[in-house]
Amino acid sequence: MEITVAEALIRCLEQENVEIIFGYPGGAILPVYDALNKTVIKHVLVRHEQGAAHMADGYARVTGKVGVCLATSGPGATNLVTGIANAYMDSVPMVVITGQVSTSMVGTDAFQEVDITGITIPITKHNYLVKEPEQLPAIVKKAFLLASSGRPGPVLIDLPKDVAQAKIDFKYPKKVGLPGYKPTVKGHTAMVQQAARIMCRSQRPVIYAGGGVRIAGAAPELLQLAETICAPVTHTLMGLGSFPGDHHLFLGMLGLHGTRYANQAVTECDCLIAVGARFDDRVVTKISGFAPTAKIIHIDIDPAEIGKNVITQLPIVGDVKNVLRAILPHLQKKENTAWMERIRRLKEGMPLRYKQDGALKPQFVIEKLNEYKEDSAIVVTDVGQHQMWAAQYMRFNEPRSFISSGGLGAMGFCLPAAIGAQLGAPDRQVIMVVGDGGIQMTMQELGTAAEQRLPLKIFILNNNRLGMVRQLQEFYCESRYIAVDFNFNPDFAELGRIYGMEGHTVETPEQLLAILPQVLSSASPVIVNCIIDREEDVLPMVLDGSNIDEAIG
Amino acid sequence: MKHILSVLVENNPGVLTRIAGLFSRRGFNIDSLAVGMTENSSVSRMTIVVEGDERYLEQLNKQLHKLVDVIKISDITRDAYVDRELVLIKVSADAARRAEIMQLVDIFRARIVDVSPKTLTIEITGNDGKIIAFEDSLRPFGIKELVRTGKIAMLRGKKASTKNHTNKEEEES
Repeated sequence: MEITVAEALIRCLEQENVEIIFGYPGGAILPVYDALNKTVIKHVLVRHEQGAAHMADGYARVTGKVGVCLATSGPGATNLVTGIANAYMDSVPMVVITGQVSTSMVGTDAFQEVDITGITIPITKHNYLVKEPEQLPAIVKKAFLLASSGRPGPVLIDLPKDVAQAKIDFKYPKKVGLPGYKPTVKGHTAMVQQAARIMCRSQRPVIYAGGGVRIAGAAPELLQLAETICAPVTHTLMGLGSFPGDHHLFLGMLGLHGTRYANQAVTECDCLIAVGARFDDRVVTKISGFAPTAKIIHIDIDPAEIGKNVITQLPIVGDVKNVLRAILPHLQKKENTAWMERIRRLKEGMPLRYKQDGALKPQFVIEKLNEYKEDSAIVVTDVGQHQMWAAQYMRFNEPRSFISSGGLGAMGFCLPAAIGAQLGAPDRQVIMVVGDGGIQMTMQELGTAAEQRLPLKIFILNNNRLGMVRQLQEFYCESRYIAVDFNFNPDFAELGRIYGMEGHTVETPEQLLAILPQVLSSASPVIVNCIIDREEDVLPMVLDGSNIDEAIG
Repeated sequence: MKHILSVLVENNPGVLTRIAGLFSRRGFNIDSLAVGMTENSSVSRMTIVVEGDERYLEQLNKQLHKLVDVIKISDITRDAYVDRELVLIKVSADAARRAEIMQLVDIFRARIVDVSPKTLTIEITGNDGKIIAFEDSLRPFGIKELVRTGKIAMLRGKKASTKNHTNKEEEES
C-alpha cells in the first residue's frame, strides 16, 4: 500500500511502541504533523523546543523507553540542541525528528534551513538525513536500535519536506544491517574470573556505581554483589537510586561535593569496583591521588571509557547486568569485619552537617521533603546548589527515581524533564527541586504542565541569586561577586496561581512544616516558593587541584 | 611513534566529516589522511597516519570504533605492508640548472610532468624516506609548490583487511 513518507514515519513509531511524542510544529515538519492526525500516539505540544527534548529525556529516564521529540527545521532544530547534548552526556535513549527544507533547497541558505545533522554530529550517537523516500523505514528502525542498545544515546533523523510528502510502498523491516555497530554485551570470561579473584582477596573493597547500573537494570545484581563481598557502595550523581539509600552499605555520593566518608573510603580501599561509571572530573578531582592504594576493576559497556581518564588494572567491557551475573557465582560470602568497623567510624566521624540558626536552610527543606515524600516518588532537579543538596540529603530506594542533568549540567532541565517524567509515570509522585535561576530558564513550560493537568510538586529553593556561581566566586574570585544576584524575581507563588496551581511562600522552618504534609498529599499541582538562606554553601567541597579526601567544610 | 591506520568505513555522505570532526574535538592530530572507494562501492578505505603513544592510539581507536559508519580499523604499523604516497613538486629551474635537476629526477626514478621556462613540475611516488630525501635534494633549487596525496598502505601477502565484508543490504520483512 502506498502512503506518504510522513505517514510511514508515524507507522514506524507505532511499530516501535511509541506512546508519546513531545513536539512543536512548523513549516518543514507540516507533513509529519498532518500524519499525526491519524494515530493513537499522544502528542504533547510544548512551549519551546528545548522543552520537548528535555521532556523526551525525562520520559526516557523514568520509563527506560526511547523518548521521542519532534521539531521543525532551522530554529526548531537548533532549539533542540541543548536537550540533545544533555541526553548524549547522560546516555539517554532518544530519537529526535526534525523537519528539513526540501532537498532541492538544501544547501541554498533557504528560509529556516540549518545543517542540523552537521550541528549535531558531536552530540548524537548517530544521525541521518533522509535523502531518498525508500530509506525512511530502515533509518527509523536503525535509529531506535542505536538509541536503545549498547551505551544508549540520542539519534537524530532529519527529514526534508519533499521526502516527507513522497509516496512509498511501506514495509517496516524486521532487521537492519549496521556492519559498524556491534556493542559488546558479554564480559570476557577470563577477565570475569580474574575480577572475582581480586574481589575475593580484597579486604577493603568499595563499589563505585554510576548511571550504567540504572541503564542496564542491574540494581538487584549490584545489591547482591555488595552484600556478598561486604563492599560499601558509593555513587555518582547518575548512579543515585541504584542502591537502597537506607542500606548500611550505602555511602552516598562521592567526588567534588560527595560525602567525606565516601571520599575517604575510596581513598583507603584496596579494591575499587567501578560499575557503569566513567571516572569523570566531578568524581576524580585529581587523577594522581584517586584511590591510590586500590586495584581498580572497571566494568562498562563502552570500551572507550576504559582507560580514558584513569588507568585501571582490570577492565571488563560488557553490559553491567550480564557481567555482574557472570561474576556473582565465583564469589563467596565475606565479612571484612575490620573494614566494616572502619566504615562505621568514618560515617559517624564525618557526617553531612549544616547549621540551624532559625533561617530556612536549603538542606532542611530537602531533609523534610525526603521525610514526607512518597516512597515511590520521583525527584527531578535542575543544576546548581539545590541539585547537590538533593543528591546529598535525599534517599532513594529504587532506580529511576532521581532525575538530574549530570554530564552537561544544563540549567532549565528540571521543569520539562519533570513533565516528561510525570507523563511517563502518571501514578507516581513527581517532586521538582529547582532554583530560582533554573526555573526561569524554561518557565514557559508551566503552560505545558497546566495544559496536561500534571500534579507536579514544585519546590523552588529561592535565594534570589545564582547560588552555585556565587559560591564559585567566593572560593575562586576572592568573593568578588558579579552577575549572580537577581534584583528582580517574580512572586513564584503568584506565578503558580496564574498557571492554575496552588502557590505558597515559606520563609521559616515552621512555615514549611505547616504546609508540607498537605501539599504533598494534595492531588493538585503546586509551587512552593522556599525563601532560603542566601549565604549557604554546598559543603563539603573539594577545591580545584585537591584530592577527594582533602575536601573543605 | 607514527601509526598507520587502515580504516574501512561505510561510503555514506558525511563520513569524512564525522571522522575529521572526531579528531579535532578529541584533540587528536592527523599527519595525513587519504580516502577513496574500495572494490566494494558501498565501502571506502581511509588511510590515516597519526603520531602518538600506545594509550593515545588506544583511545583514538576506541573513539573511532564508536562511530557507527566505521566498520573496521586495522593498525598495520607492526605488520608487513607496502605504502606509497604521490607528491607533485614545482621547482625553480632556469636553463643553467635544469640538467642537474633532471639528473636527480633520474636517480630517484621520479618523472617530469610539466615544463615551463622557469620551472619544472615533478611527480614522485614512494615511501616517506624516499620522498623526504628527494625533497631535501631539490630544496637548494627553490621549491615553489608541493602537494602530497597522503599515504596509502596495504598489507603484504595474501591477507586482506576487506575480506568477508558483507554488504549492508536491508533484509525486509
